[in-house]
Amino acid sequence: MTRDVLDWLLDGAHWQGGEGIPLRVWQHVAYSLIAVGIAAVLAVPAGLWVGHTGRGRFLAVNLVGILRAVPSLGLLFASLMILGPKIPGELGVHVPVQVVLVVLAMPPVLAGAYAGVEAVDPAARDAARGMGMQGRDVLLRVELPCALPLVFSGLRSAVLQVVATATLAATVGLGGLGRYLIDGLAVRDYAQMAGGAVLVAALALLLDLLAATLQRLVVSPGLTGKTGRRTAAGETAASSDPRDVGVLTEGSTR
Amino acid sequence: MKRLMLLPSLAAATALALVGCGDDSDPLESGGDGGSGDTGTIVVGSANFPENVLLAEIYAGALNAAGVEAETRPNIGSRETYIPALEDGSIQMIPEYTGNLRLYFDENVKATEPQEVYDELLEVLPEGLEVTEYSEAEDKDAVVVTSETAEEYDLTTIADLAPVAGELKLGGPPEWKTRFTGVPGLKEVYGVEFADFVELDAGGPQTLGALRDGRVDAGNLFTTDPALAEGDLVTLEDPESLFAAQNIVPLLSSDVATDEVTSTVDEVSAALDTELLGELLARVVTDKEDPADVAADFLAEAGLD
Repeated sequence: MTRDVLDWLLDGAHWQGGEGIPLRVWQHVAYSLIAVGIAAVLAVPAGLWVGHTGRGRFLAVNLVGILRAVPSLGLLFASLMILGPKIPGELGVHVPVQVVLVVLAMPPVLAGAYAGVEAVDPAARDAARGMGMQGRDVLLRVELPCALPLVFSGLRSAVLQVVATATLAATVGLGGLGRYLIDGLAVRDYAQMAGGAVLVAALALLLDLLAATLQRLVVSPGLTGKTGRRTAAGETAASSDPRDVGVLTEGSTR
Repeated sequence: MKRLMLLPSLAAATALALVGCGDDSDPLESGGDGGSGDTGTIVVGSANFPENVLLAEIYAGALNAAGVEAETRPNIGSRETYIPALEDGSIQMIPEYTGNLRLYFDENVKATEPQEVYDELLEVLPEGLEVTEYSEAEDKDAVVVTSETAEEYDLTTIADLAPVAGELKLGGPPEWKTRFTGVPGLKEVYGVEFADFVELDAGGPQTLGALRDGRVDAGNLFTTDPALAEGDLVTLEDPESLFAAQNIVPLLSSDVATDEVTSTVDEVSAALDTELLGELLARVVTDKEDPADVAADFLAEAGLD
């Protein structure tokens, strides 16, 4: 069977055309990133606001729990039946799929954002206030940068779940890598099914790798616990705005 | 450093995924002994559409009434999935359709009339599988369009699609992509090549919905579908008989084909006709009744309970 799967994956004919792996991967990435993008636009600001003000925390915590309990396949068919006839053309299928994936992506993103802000060192927040920053500045220039590792962890968790679940799009006639699972099942082609599953797993890991790289570039080095190398940290601090987070956390650990 | 460490883990995970399917067994075979076939119970499977589920309930109900223990395993999937399940003993019986079943075993068959199709089926059936007498009841695949589409392109037969199919989309079950009585046959017999094929379900709500919502222009429904009587859809004629006679016939494993079993299912087949099947199916699809209840009513009516 391993051999059949490898043969399927390495067959040149599977790598081109309207049924080819590159197109399926592209569709899969598009469905996934659109969903995580929408979820991020909705949930990151909401989470930051909850974390910053402490208001609506009860609601946010429970919303995260409730959304996590929603069964994706059931929601997909329900929203297809309700929304499908109301939205003309292809969008009538794309919207229900996005609803499912966004609902799936929201909990980790929301939880990452509010937990990230809540976990910011109170000393850093105090220091920011002491320097004369107002609420909005405290949130955007201190709390957000300090919360980024957890915000990213929420986003990365959402990406993994959404990439795995975007295979459901194939059950309602859309493309993506789920096509190989559903079509393989329909004609009992297990090599195709297993090949599709391997591709989904590989894509999930690849996207997580990219997200990890982005996180390294975006998150302040002062937060990564690598400030042991004083020279490097010192250089960063010297070359940047004195109100930079790196300096603030440095200050707070002293 | 962190970045570099992720690469081996990616490779390891991929390798793990591949090793996971290491031994040569396939999912259905390994689950084969899960069936209760060896205890004397006949497991009647069914394909993944309501009519077949209903027929399985009818045959199983008749067998139980005749004193043969039978249970159902509904919604297994497409023919490509359940025939192997029948061959490996996971199930012992399944309601089938003469024309398409014959094509599954041999694509080079020609007949279109019920008796000839049945004779061909008897010839191509592999050892270990048998069919009993076929029923007068028939359910064919059909290529269906909305009445607006039929009017717009002046369509009455599948052949009329040939010049315009290039700008239309076809919807059907995923197996239609590779089956002869699907995309390949439409192209070979009628020269009809659609711009796109959208994988939906086997004559179910998704195909019907996509057709009515205009996401596909033509769809594969079954001739017994109650929706065809609602007036907004047109079934295209099939002058070349791509979808040959499709009489309902129980396919069963020779191991369980005792006289008692075959005579019981023969009585069921004799009691069924296309119109009656359509009425029973409407109760399942339109009125959402439990197939087992509808089957029981039919058997009571036919005196087979």
